[in-house]
Parts: sequence; C-alpha cells; structure tokens
Amino acid sequence: MTHQAPQPELSPRIADEVRQTTCYMCACRCGINVHLKSGRVVYIDGNRDHPVNRGVLCAKGASGIMQVTAPSRLRAPLKRVGPRGSGAFEEISWDEALEIATGWLKPLRETAPEKLAFFTGRDQSQSFTGFWAQAFGTPNYAAHGGFCSVNMAAAGIYTMGGAFWEFGAPDWDRARLFILFGVAEDHDSNPIKMGIGKLKARGARVISVNPVRSGYSAVADDWYGITPGTDGLLILSLIHLLLKAGKIDLDYLARWTNAPCLFGPDGLLMRDSEDRLVVVDRRSGKLVPIDAPGIVPDLGAEHDGMRTVFRHLAERYLSDQYAPEKVAARTGISASRIRALAGEIATAFDQPVTIHQPWTDFRGERHDRMVGRPIAFHAMRGISAHSNGFQTARALHLLQILLGAVETPGGFRFKPPYPKPFDAHPAPHAECRPGQPLKGPHLGYPRGPEDLALRPDGSPARIDKAFTWENPLSAHGLMHMVIPNAHAGDPYRIDTLFLYMANMAWNSSMNTAEVMRMLTDRDENGEYRIPRIIYSDAYASEMVAYADLVLPDTTYLERHDCISLLDRPIGEPEAAADAIRWPVVEPDRDVRPFQSVLIDLAVRLKLPGFVDESGQALYRDYADYMVRHERKPGVGPLMGWRGDGSKTGRGAPNPKQIDRYIQNGGFCIAHIPPEAAFFKPWNSAYQDWAVQLGLYDRPLPYLFSLWSEPLQRFRRAAEGHGPLQPPDHLRARLARAMDPLPFWEPPFGDADAEEYPLHAITQRPMAMYHSWGSQNAWLRQIHAQDPLYIPIDLWRKLEFQPGDFVRVSSSTGQITVPAAPMAAVNGSTLWTWNAIGKRRGAWALDPDAPEGTKGFLLNHLIHELLPGSGAGRLPNSDPVTGQAAWFDLRVRIERVPPQPVSQPVFEPLISPVPPAPRNRP
Amino acid sequence: MTALPPRTDRKLGLVIDLDTCVGCHACVTACKGWNDQAYGAPLSDMNAYGSDPCGTFLNRVHSYELTPPDGPPQVVNLPRSCLHCDDAPCVTVCPTGASYKRAEDGIVLVNEDACIGCGLCAWACPYGAREMDAAAGVMKKCTLCVDRIYNEALPEEDRIPACVRTCPTGARHFGDLGDPDSAVSRLVAERGGVELMPEQGTRPVNRYLPPRKKGPAPVVQPLQRDEEPTGVAAWLDRILGVF
Repeated sequence: MTHQAPQPELSPRIADEVRQTTCYMCACRCGINVHLKSGRVVYIDGNRDHPVNRGVLCAKGASGIMQVTAPSRLRAPLKRVGPRGSGAFEEISWDEALEIATGWLKPLRETAPEKLAFFTGRDQSQSFTGFWAQAFGTPNYAAHGGFCSVNMAAAGIYTMGGAFWEFGAPDWDRARLFILFGVAEDHDSNPIKMGIGKLKARGARVISVNPVRSGYSAVADDWYGITPGTDGLLILSLIHLLLKAGKIDLDYLARWTNAPCLFGPDGLLMRDSEDRLVVVDRRSGKLVPIDAPGIVPDLGAEHDGMRTVFRHLAERYLSDQYAPEKVAARTGISASRIRALAGEIATAFDQPVTIHQPWTDFRGERHDRMVGRPIAFHAMRGISAHSNGFQTARALHLLQILLGAVETPGGFRFKPPYPKPFDAHPAPHAECRPGQPLKGPHLGYPRGPEDLALRPDGSPARIDKAFTWENPLSAHGLMHMVIPNAHAGDPYRIDTLFLYMANMAWNSSMNTAEVMRMLTDRDENGEYRIPRIIYSDAYASEMVAYADLVLPDTTYLERHDCISLLDRPIGEPEAAADAIRWPVVEPDRDVRPFQSVLIDLAVRLKLPGFVDESGQALYRDYADYMVRHERKPGVGPLMGWRGDGSKTGRGAPNPKQIDRYIQNGGFCIAHIPPEAAFFKPWNSAYQDWAVQLGLYDRPLPYLFSLWSEPLQRFRRAAEGHGPLQPPDHLRARLARAMDPLPFWEPPFGDADAEEYPLHAITQRPMAMYHSWGSQNAWLRQIHAQDPLYIPIDLWRKLEFQPGDFVRVSSSTGQITVPAAPMAAVNGSTLWTWNAIGKRRGAWALDPDAPEGTKGFLLNHLIHELLPGSGAGRLPNSDPVTGQAAWFDLRVRIERVPPQPVSQPVFEPLISPVPPAPRNRP
Repeated sequence: MTALPPRTDRKLGLVIDLDTCVGCHACVTACKGWNDQAYGAPLSDMNAYGSDPCGTFLNRVHSYELTPPDGPPQVVNLPRSCLHCDDAPCVTVCPTGASYKRAEDGIVLVNEDACIGCGLCAWACPYGAREMDAAAGVMKKCTLCVDRIYNEALPEEDRIPACVRTCPTGARHFGDLGDPDSAVSRLVAERGGVELMPEQGTRPVNRYLPPRKKGPAPVVQPLQRDEEPTGVAAWLDRILGVF
C-alpha cells in the first residue's frame, strides 16, 4: 500500500468557554483553566498568568475532572439510621439537617460552649472557620496542622518569623546549592518542581537528605540516605564544621539576629529601661539599643557577667559531640560524607551573590547593594513529624541564618504576609463563657507560661490539651488527640464533635482501629461516649460512616473560597497574592458549600459577627462574607480591587470585588518594589510597603531569634522560677525540650529500638493527595496498589520472594501487607506511599478494589499516646508543639508467604452513595 | 502493508530530560485529559473503580532503580510514549493503511476510521507505545497533539503538546529534530541526547537526555579536621579578629 495521509481535524474546539479558578486537588493552590463544553467540565490545564504555577499543572490538577464527576460525591444531607460506624443513613432535607444541628448546638452555646469541639482538617478557610468558632465561644477549634507540619511552622515563626512553603521559598533564580531535607512532595508541589527545573537549567547543585530516594530525591545530584529522626544531628554537625572553618556570615549575624544580645544566668536577653534589647557597640564599647543608628554590634562581648548569644552558641556547637565522627553511626552518614556536604555548603558560601540595588535598613543605614550566600534549603514533614522535629527544624533555620542565607539573594526568601515575628501573632485564647464569644483567636504563639490555655485550676482548657505544659507551643492544636481525649473524658467530656474535611476514622488518625472503636464506644448508660458527631465532606470518606449527621459539601469547582492573606495565602517572594475559587459549574446534587452552611448555622444560632443587633443575617453566604467582612476597617479576606476598585490591601468593601477577581483569572497580585525585595524583616521600604498593603499596622522590624526567649521562659518555669509552675512529672521533660538553642536527642520512638530495630515511614506520592485520589479514575490507575518497600539487603537476608507479604509489628500493633524490595533507601528504613489503603465500602470503590483488599495503613502501628505514659496520657507528639510524631515509628518484620488480603481487615461500610459505573466513558 | 513517506519535511518530536523528570505523572494525566476530548475516540477507563482498572493512556511514566558500580542506588523516571520513528514498524505492519506517518512533519498517526483493531501495530512497536482502546476497539497512540500544535482555536503559546505545556520541571521539550539549529536539536547536542533502543533500527525521532552524573561535587574539598586545637575562646579571637 503506498503512503496515504488523511488530513485530521487540526483545529478542533474542545470547549466553548474557559473559566479560571484555583485548584484544590492538593494544598498547593495553583491557578487552573477549566474548559467547559455546554456547561460540562471537559479539560483542565494550568493558568499561565498565575503566580503559583505559571501554567504548569501536576497529575492531580489535570485529573480534577475525575474528582468533580467522582461517583463518591455525597448527594444530600444524611441522618444516621443504623449503629454508628455502619454507614446506614437516610437522606434528609437541608432544612431538617440544619434544624438538627441547631438543636444540638444552641443549648451547648448557652450552657457550656466547650462541649462543642470543632476541628476542620485540611481547611483552606481557617480565618473564617476560626472566626465562627470564636463567635460560638468554644475554645475547641483547630485545623490539621498538629498532625501535619506544625513543627516546621512553629520553629520557623519562633526563629525567624516564617518557615518554608507558604511562608517562603528558595531564591530559585540565584541559588547555587539547594538542599532538601525530608520533603513531602505535596509541600510544595508545582513550585518546587518548577524550582528544581530552574536550578537544573542553570547547572546549580541539588542535594537531597532523605531516607528514600524517590521523586525530588531521584533527580538530586547527590543523595544522603539519612536514618529517620537524625536530621537534627546531621545539621548540628554541619554547623559544627562550618563554625570551625569560619564559614559563617558574621556581619549578617551581628546586624540581623540576636547573636550579639547578652544574657546572664536567667537566660533572658538584656534590655534597657525602655524595654529595648541592648548590645555592646564595637566602636564605643558601650551598651546601646539594638536599633540605634550607626552601631556595630559586638558578637563576642561580655558585660557584667553576661555573654552574647553568639558566645553561648559557639560553645555549644564547637563541642566535639557534634564532630562528624561522633554522629556518623547514628545518622547513617559517614564522617567523610558529612564533611563533603559541609564542603559543598562552604564552597557556595564563598561565592556571594550581589544585586546592585540600594536599600535602607531599620537603623537608617543606607546600603548600596544586596549581597547574599547562594545556598537555599527546603524541608517539610520528613524532619518535622518526629518528636524531636521542632528542635530539628530550629536547627535547620539556625544553619541557614548562620550562613546569612535568609532573605538574601540566593537564599531563602519570605512570601508576604511573612516575615512576621512570633510576637506580632496573637497569643492563644481559650477562656470560655456561656453564650459569649471567645475574646480572641484560638490559635497563636505563646510568649511564655502566662499564655498557656489552662483553666484556673491548672487543667487544660482545650479538649486537645493544646497550649499546656505537655506541649506549650502547639500553635496549630492537636487534632489527632481530639477523639482519644473526648473518648477518655480527659480533660473533660464533650457533647458534639463537629469535623470538616478530616478523615479521622481512617488515614488521619494514629491507631486507627482503636479510634474507630472510640467513635462507637458507649458509656455505662449505653450512650455513645462522644454523644454527637457532625461531619462535612464532599465525598463518601471513611469518616462519613461515623457521623450522626452529614452535611454534604460541594467539590472545589462548585464553590466560592478565598485563599486569603488573613489565612494561608499564595504570596511569592516578590509579591503578595491572594485568590478565589468560584462555582465554575453548578452542583447537580443537593449539596451546599460548607462555609455557606456555617454562615446559615451562625445565623440560626445568632452568633455575633454573623447577625446584626436585630438578629438579621449580616451575610447572604460565603461569597458575600468574602466581599463584605472586615477584620479591621478596610481590611478583609481579599486584598484586591477594594474601595472603588482601585485600592489594593486597604479599602472599603467593593460589591464588584469577586467579578474583578474572575476577570483577572481568579487571583490578585501586588508586586514588591525592587528596593524592598530582600532583607524584608529589616528593610524600611518593605516594612512601609507592608503597612500600606495592610499586612501590618506599623513597621515591625525584628531580629532573628537564635536564642529563643519564649522557650527559655518555659525552661525557667520548669526549673522552678515564676508563679506558673508545671506539674512535677513534666519538669524534667520540659526543661530539656524547651532548650532555647537547638539541640538533638533521639526521638521518643527510639525507646523501642532494641525490640523494634527498623524505621517505617510514608512518603507522599506526587500523583495522589492523601485519601482524596482513591476515588479518581485516572489517579488510582497510577497508585492503586502499593507495597511496603524493604531495603534490599534485608529483603535478601530474610529470603523474601516476589509476591511475598511482610508482617510488620510495633509495640502498638501488627499489619500484614504486600512487600517489595528497594535499593535506594536507608538500610534500616521501610517505607510506603501514604494513605493508598482504603476501607471497603468507602469512596464508592468496588468491594474488591485493591485499595480495600491489598492497601494498608501504617497508622495501625502508631499509638496516639507515648508508651508508658500511663494515666498521664502523654500524646505521641513533639513535647514542644504537640506535632504528631508519625515518623518515630519503630518496627520489626517477618516474611509471610503471599496472602489474598492485607491485615487487618475491617467490616465493609455500607456505602452512602450508589455503586460506581463500571466503565468510563 | 503500509508505506512510509520517502522523507519528511520536518521531524517533530519530543526531547525528554531524564535528569529533571521527577516522575510526577503530570504529563500522563494532561495527555489523558486532552486526548480524551480531542483526536478520535475518547480514552476509556474500564473497571474504573474496580479491582483491576484498565484505561488507555498515550503516555506513561515508569520508574526504575539502578545501582551503579561506583555510587549509591538511583531511581530513574522514564516517560514513555510514541517516538514517531522514521522507520516506524507500526506503520509498515498495518494491513489497512490506518497507521501512517505524515510527510509534512513526521508525526505517526492512526486513522481510526480505517483501523480494524487487529493490534498488529502494537506487536510491531518495540517500545510498547500503542494501546488498544477497549471501549472503542481502535488503536490509540500519541498524536504529538497534532490537534494542538496547529490549532488556530488555541492561543499561539499553547500550540504545543499538552504534556510539554504541563510539565512542572520543564523536562519535556518539543520541536523539529530534523533542523539542526532548532532549540531541541541544540539541546540534544549539548546534553548528548540518545535514541531509545537504537538497535531496533526504528530510527526514533524523540530523544532522551541522560541523567547527569550523580555523586559528590567533583571540585569540592570536604571540610577537613581543623589542624589547630583551638577551644572556644581561641576560636572566637580568631574568627572575630578578622571580622
């Protein structure tokens, strides 16, 4: 047959309209173009103008079309008709559902608001949901940060006024060396991939420190397969070497950090009579306020028995205990490799980057250029989800600060509204009174013991025991402890558990089987120990089955949302930005956006801030709230097109604001002037710009806290100083944990090391977000089956064969799951992808779907309490922040021949939605 | 059997950078999404929520582990799709002329109207780059987004394959590999781009850029043990003396 060439249609139109909104297939918040044909979503790609993703989109984002059509979507409000946990429901009307909820909540507010525990999972509207809970008056509100990455956030805020991901980003265009520690690959998703692409295109070095060499680690130029939980030790060893070699930026430390501040035996920094920090001026030898013009702070000063932070710091980290030879065995990295890594850092340190841009600092000094060290770091859950994660994250921030690589060209850069020092955040509020709102926000950053959330008798004010002596700086709460504590009645019983978007009956809880039992357990009177559970989700997740009342949410393409500067915005190092979601398609089910439902409930409950004096609703729905709510005069959830449409940041509400966002592709961006683009915490031009935009009310220059005074205040209390004293059984633990200089100690999980010699962790796949992806017809074809990866030497030693299962035991439980070998992994570490396993009956999957038969969770192996804490019920969490210590897990394994299903097996749930169609289309 | 054009005016194809591909599968679902709507029959998903979901994908990513003799083990992610071979065996094997290679740009396509679903082409392709759609019963393969790259309904900057447009790391490049001065040809020359399985004699157009050598930076000296025993005070004097 000779060559034939039919002419295909080269210019088809697959859509008749494109609507631009914000993705929610993970937490990254990319801009998307949703292509519609006859009102139906046909294709999704990335918005080229959007600051987060610049047109690219990940596997999840492009699969949103399978999410918005997923058979697991809930269809109507549900009322439980069978035993809790069975999944037996009847569909009811919204009127009935809201009447039921109001009937439960109203008496609680009038008598004991704390009996409502309202926790909101992977919520991107926390400034709103928190405002609702504050108006209700319960102290029991938080989102999911406590079981995610609060160590990273809190360590960053307390040390330097911001952390990684949403708080800041590497200078991708100038860094010569980029070092990633233990990243979860959805924090951050596309921006890090884009950044790695930029670095590679420039020939910059990428180094990964991670027990597993997958994803970003796979493309890294070099890989350090560290033993889990020892990152802090490696970092302090790097600090040791860099200090010894003099590869630290003394000028930076003297000018911008509290390194030259002085303290004596009480560990509190010296201040003058006007409460200003003071330093010794190298020129005059005199004590001067830290912000005095023209001073040269002396890093080595001693004064009246007091010595500088820098001296203390040098003393600690020059100690031989941090020599590479001393830490090699523990970290699993040889001394020569540690020296090589320090050498790479030192080499980049010696190649400063200069931008010829004059700027003025907060002391009034004019600088003719901006100079930085081209070394950038990024880290996330891998290092923070340990019981030593707070101090490890502090150590990493200390390292970047010592190098002079924060807010300088080539280093790490803050994204507005950050930088923002800890003391510009609110302190936590927890004092509750019947019928009254809380006096301030629930979550915040304690300055010292006086900010703890304790009742007058010293007992915890919050159900999750956040902001107590057990974990004083729990800035995101401890969502993972809510159900266990409510079940135990410790510190008190609650009445109603109200959850949003948090799969606490499955992958988001430690000790999952036991948590499911707690949710269905009854007291001596035969009543559920947690009497009422309201849950809102868009999908038939495992948690739905444990609710008494289900309020079905819309999908992310059917709703309004704001990605707000008051909350978790999408700023970039050179711009403030925020964004919206809006209903690009209408729901085809009897579902309502959760935030609008909360507004409806608030009106029924007559909550202040939601009704006027006559009890009339202030807001029609969430979209109306987004436009008209003002947190302070002129400052609302959205910064763009305020007033007459010409104002950014501050300005009166503009009824056309959402239209303007839609016209602009769903986002607003406000660029930082070049003079203000670096050295932001100390840069007058930045500070003025931030005030103008409404991020601050006055300039807030501050010094980075190498020595952390809030920590020291808690340590002093633990040592017996001050009126507020911890219980005796926590004194030693607190005195150790609240070290004002970063230190390393083995994670609590290592107590099991002798009996359970191996580590077991999860990695986040780039093509699946938590449990959400399982219902996605495209994504589940990438990640529906998932073994536990076993280091190859161990695999051979135990004579595993392909197809074998592995029995994994911890001090908490046992699972039996599919096994597979892997070479590119730390030799004592097992790992699997996170949350691929599902409970049968959930997510509208067929009963024989591999997620339910072969899939599994490590959660069954992880206790929510520290072993041996007895009646004290200490959480399996970081003692500073309460972050869930998922990755402390220690296990042992044995080979098991191939099995038909993974263990444990649970009763299938009755699905609240009809079976999925077999094929697509 | 079907003839190949004697020559093609251009050789449009992909250059895929294995040094940068993190294996995120963005290209996989972007491709699925576009081609579900555009060229030919939709890309079906059989048993989509069941035990053995089986969908048609024109582009897949495979991850391989390898342990080099002189370094730690590595993971390499390999995106795989049609390579638009000059000597495409999938075309010459086609009994109906449904499979063909375009003379103007070298893109290999399937005319679904003429495809009888015999599957010979998939057997002939050494790369496993063709998939029979179980619902439509026709052979599906990468079209290089022929309905995007010339699509006058799309903004000009979007006239590139969906996989290239979406790739977050910028690991995928599109262009004319027949033009030695094109950006993709220069990239191949600079980075030593390779053909996949050249021994098969298919003369693929697509190229893969191999991963750069991994390991310690060659010029860096590790920080050695300090020669002089200093103590903190002496260290402070030394370090602050030069400040």
